[in-house]
Amino acid sequence: MSIQNKDIEHVAKLARLSLSEEEVKMYAEQLSVIFEYMDLLKTVDTDGVAETCQVTGLEDVFRFDTQEPCDPEVRAKLIAGFPDRSGNLLKVKAVFDDV
Amino acid sequence: MRLNELTIAQAAAGLKKREFSSVELTHSCLDRIDARNESIHAFISVNESAIDSAKAADEMLKGGNVHPLTGIPFGVKDAICTKDTRSTGAATILDNYVPPFDATVIRRLRDRGAVIVGKQNCDAFGHGASNENSMYGAVHNPHNEKKVAGGSSGGSAAAVADNQCIFSIAEDTGGSIRQPASLCGVVGLRPSYGRNSRYGIMPMASSLDTVGPITKTVEDAALLMEVMAGQDLKDATTVPDSVDEYSKFLDRPIQGMRVGVPKEYFEHHGIDSEVLTCIRTQLKRLQEMGCELVDISLAHTKYAIPVYYIIVPSEDSSNLARLDGIRYGVRAEADSLYDVYALSRAHGFPSEVKRRIMIGTYALSAGYFDAYYRKAQRVRTLIKQDFETVFENQVDIVVTPTSPFPAFDLGAKADPLSMYLADVFVSPASLAGVPALSVPAGTTTDGLPIGLQIIGPRLSEGIILNVGHQLTAN
Repeated sequence: MSIQNKDIEHVAKLARLSLSEEEVKMYAEQLSVIFEYMDLLKTVDTDGVAETCQVTGLEDVFRFDTQEPCDPEVRAKLIAGFPDRSGNLLKVKAVFDDV
Repeated sequence: MRLNELTIAQAAAGLKKREFSSVELTHSCLDRIDARNESIHAFISVNESAIDSAKAADEMLKGGNVHPLTGIPFGVKDAICTKDTRSTGAATILDNYVPPFDATVIRRLRDRGAVIVGKQNCDAFGHGASNENSMYGAVHNPHNEKKVAGGSSGGSAAAVADNQCIFSIAEDTGGSIRQPASLCGVVGLRPSYGRNSRYGIMPMASSLDTVGPITKTVEDAALLMEVMAGQDLKDATTVPDSVDEYSKFLDRPIQGMRVGVPKEYFEHHGIDSEVLTCIRTQLKRLQEMGCELVDISLAHTKYAIPVYYIIVPSEDSSNLARLDGIRYGVRAEADSLYDVYALSRAHGFPSEVKRRIMIGTYALSAGYFDAYYRKAQRVRTLIKQDFETVFENQVDIVVTPTSPFPAFDLGAKADPLSMYLADVFVSPASLAGVPALSVPAGTTTDGLPIGLQIIGPRLSEGIILNVGHQLTAN
């Protein structure tokens, strides 16, 4: 299977990843080879085989949805770790273009 | 013998008898790291407060509040969160990240007075089999510095092999504990999925991630599992089953045990002849100890790598979406929100992390989900059933080489697919969710370690530790 540069550019956009022209070309070539190898799976008959989504057999693991207080020291450290802030608020770029 | 060369059991005995203090023991490890980090590069950060922790442990020891782990210095893979100690995952997007909390398994060790000496180098977020995908430099194998240490937990295995700490705690998704342990000549245990809490482990593939020990002896691994294992309300996938006293399994006779020898591993075209000879010699030893060798087939083994490298990048790409430079870590300067995301990730991830995000996003994208992810999950069932069938009907354990080859040259596997194939013997047990132990089995004529893998049914850690101990202690 051949993956084109435009496919890579589309996927990179979905993944919020900025790639250089060289990287686009490199990943198109590498992913083509990798997915060609993955095509080995197409030769396996899986009719009627269930998917394995987990291996523990645990079902319906519940806990009470309760509010837990945050240790003030932990809170201060979390805030100190913000890349940008205004007082104790996390500062980010505008989410909507037109406001 | 220098203090840093001791095992946990030996160091614990010395501490209890007051032959030395935890401060002295910790200093001996820190001195070794200082002397060797430039050439081996096993540590990304050294814990500045290690000596303070050791002093506190010495107080615990004086008070008679003694656990075998009290005062024992250890290293932690940098993809595991440690309170107040920088945890980068070996990627610069988290270069400044200091978690305000400990992973549950780390908390359990620290509560017993174990002392963190530093955070260990690894392939970024666990992506790799050589430790060359770290943004903080590759780890070099202590047995031959031109060779890789294996990966992704290369720093953790190299540090134990080189006596820079008494033990390490690492993470294994598809072989990241066992393969570097094999290449560095130490013991590495991947527990059953769900046995140990994943809380505080930087997630890679959530349906496969486990956390376990890398040690000098099987005895030490058993001791650590007694403390690490058990249900955790912070990880809903941990199982409620009681935790065995693994140490009590070690000296049990293994006579009569049925040992499966899967032809798909021993007839693998890429296997090194010295590895094959060494593992066959160990199988003979098991036979001499009274085990019965049984030829078995795990028919879907050859599909494990394609299944693994669909499922892992898919889950990876989803998990890594949280690393966007917004709430923590390193944020790139840009004019738009989109560019903040895209550039923070472009600058802060190495090439292999980006490759996995691309593979995973592609496999999960509209039109491809059924053909790749769903198909891989179905073939995963067949791989899991292979193990279930042999454990139900034929054998108690399965023995294989851990890696088809010993440590390879740094830079030798530049092609991503050839690196992925290095996981061929370790990924099947991961997909099946069963526990597997790698123990040192011998060396090549060039002096490179060879590892033997023991795989057991789910929650049979005691049995595989028993066999591993019998093979290595005598």
